[in-house]
Amino acid sequence: MDIFECTIKQLNNWLHAGRVSSVEATRAMLERIESVEDRVGSFITRTPESALAEAAAADRRIASGNAHILTGIPLALKDIFLTEGIRTTCGSRMLHNFIPPYSATAWERLRDCGSVLLGKLNQDEFAMGSSNESSAFGVTRNPWDTARIPGGSSGGSAAAIAARQATATLGTDTGGSIRQPSSHCGCVGLKPTYGRVSRYGVIAFASSLDQVGPITRDVTDCAIMLGAVAGYDPKDSTSVNAPVPDYTAALTGDIKGLRIGLPKEYYIDGLDRDVQAAMDRAIETYRRLGAEFVEISLPHTDYAVATYYLIATAEASSNLARYDGVRFGHRSEQAEGLIDMMTKSRSEGFGAEVKRRIMLGTYALSSGYYDAYYVKAQKVRTLIMGDFTRAFEHVDAILTPVAPTPAFKIGEMVDDPLQMYLSDIFTIPVNLAGTCAMSVPAGFSASGLPIGLQLIGKPFGEETILRAGHAFEQATEWHMRKAEI
Amino acid sequence: MKISVADVEYVARLARLELNKAETDLFAGQMDAILGYVEKLNELDTADIRPTSHAVPVENAFREDATRPSLGVAKALANAPDKADSFYRVPKVIE
Repeated sequence: MDIFECTIKQLNNWLHAGRVSSVEATRAMLERIESVEDRVGSFITRTPESALAEAAAADRRIASGNAHILTGIPLALKDIFLTEGIRTTCGSRMLHNFIPPYSATAWERLRDCGSVLLGKLNQDEFAMGSSNESSAFGVTRNPWDTARIPGGSSGGSAAAIAARQATATLGTDTGGSIRQPSSHCGCVGLKPTYGRVSRYGVIAFASSLDQVGPITRDVTDCAIMLGAVAGYDPKDSTSVNAPVPDYTAALTGDIKGLRIGLPKEYYIDGLDRDVQAAMDRAIETYRRLGAEFVEISLPHTDYAVATYYLIATAEASSNLARYDGVRFGHRSEQAEGLIDMMTKSRSEGFGAEVKRRIMLGTYALSSGYYDAYYVKAQKVRTLIMGDFTRAFEHVDAILTPVAPTPAFKIGEMVDDPLQMYLSDIFTIPVNLAGTCAMSVPAGFSASGLPIGLQLIGKPFGEETILRAGHAFEQATEWHMRKAEI
Repeated sequence: MKISVADVEYVARLARLELNKAETDLFAGQMDAILGYVEKLNELDTADIRPTSHAVPVENAFREDATRPSLGVAKALANAPDKADSFYRVPKVIE
């Protein structure tokens, strides 16, 4: 096996057995990135020099006997995480020249573990999109079929794992932006419970929905990464002060008696045939492992997309008001006067999808429409949360598809934003409810595209879904397949 | 039509966006379709439902009112498109 194909756990073994150094592993990864990047387009910024310096420091730390499991492991971050001294664009022309003066807490924690940063990954502009096509820095291609999208908005984070350009990555998930690309690229991706991971230094899209999480080759790596970034952060007033368990200890392989809910609203007629077949097989596998299935109802599912696109755009229009050309980011050179400078800077800096969402959000918050749209959506959000609370009185986890179809073709949906929004139907309710969920590889379509299953857990129930995901992985080989790229 | 070209122009002014004719027409059609879709929320009676602003109960997060290290002027100004001394510089506000 090549170094660049290792999981965190395997590479950690090799590093500690002296089979390879972190410098050698990092060099192998940089060469791999170089050899496939023109076909994938996962990266916006690469940092080879600082990566090799960090790897050398990691080798010294391993030699001193003071290493974390992530010491010397080459990682990459979605370009939404502030990295001090390293350009951070959020996929936008607005921030094409932005060098953050401080770092996101999630990255600081990984850096303190001694991990190595290979670079910053491509994404939809300001994390708004399901395909990575809204990036101002070129499209990212799905390593399983380069005519198709990798998913979004953490498309680069998932494509980099599938193309073996990083050992693990971080993404963010506001309406499915970790789980959907993980499903489309055959990776494991977890959106933690809201408040589990600090959002400090993560460029804000919709603050009541955004959450940070890992994208990895397998569930064990996912548990390792989550353990490293989770936990209370006084710099994020919404981070929750709850102890962080050892998530790897939850991976016992034993799920006998686990009660899994199947929401009838998610198993609909329009579901892609290959996705349905993958779910049927997954249910069979879980039965064999001793899980019990319960049919449940999440009756407000059909209202989730409408609710989400009012709340998320309203919050985005407010968050993105900060980009005014005054303190950082793009400033127009054509302007006359202050207001004109702000207006032209925003109009030149933002792409079409971001403008569309700012417009929708501004409309939903504007005088005369605030109650009819924004407050109405917040009330329906209460109903959607109630659906999950009631369901979790009867079950330990919920099993659903991640996306209604495998990855679509590049360009297929760009002219129809509403259709693109509707493809997020199975992931959005989880963000509105604030709970946790993960995508685990569960099969392939007839044309060879990966299909993921989604395990939804109770709030702060990450251990249960990780255990269930791990048990599934032990019983199947989907996660072992590799994209030919 | 839920939304007219004039509505789009009004909202663009509120959002400090300058749209050309093609963008205005495109957004009018797309926003109309999306706002038409979200109308479905009116099927639900929410008269007695409390709005949710955060999934996790959030309380005011207080800290000691003590001096701590901060970013500092040089770092805060490092990304400024234009600056003078320790200030951001912007076009004239009042003519």
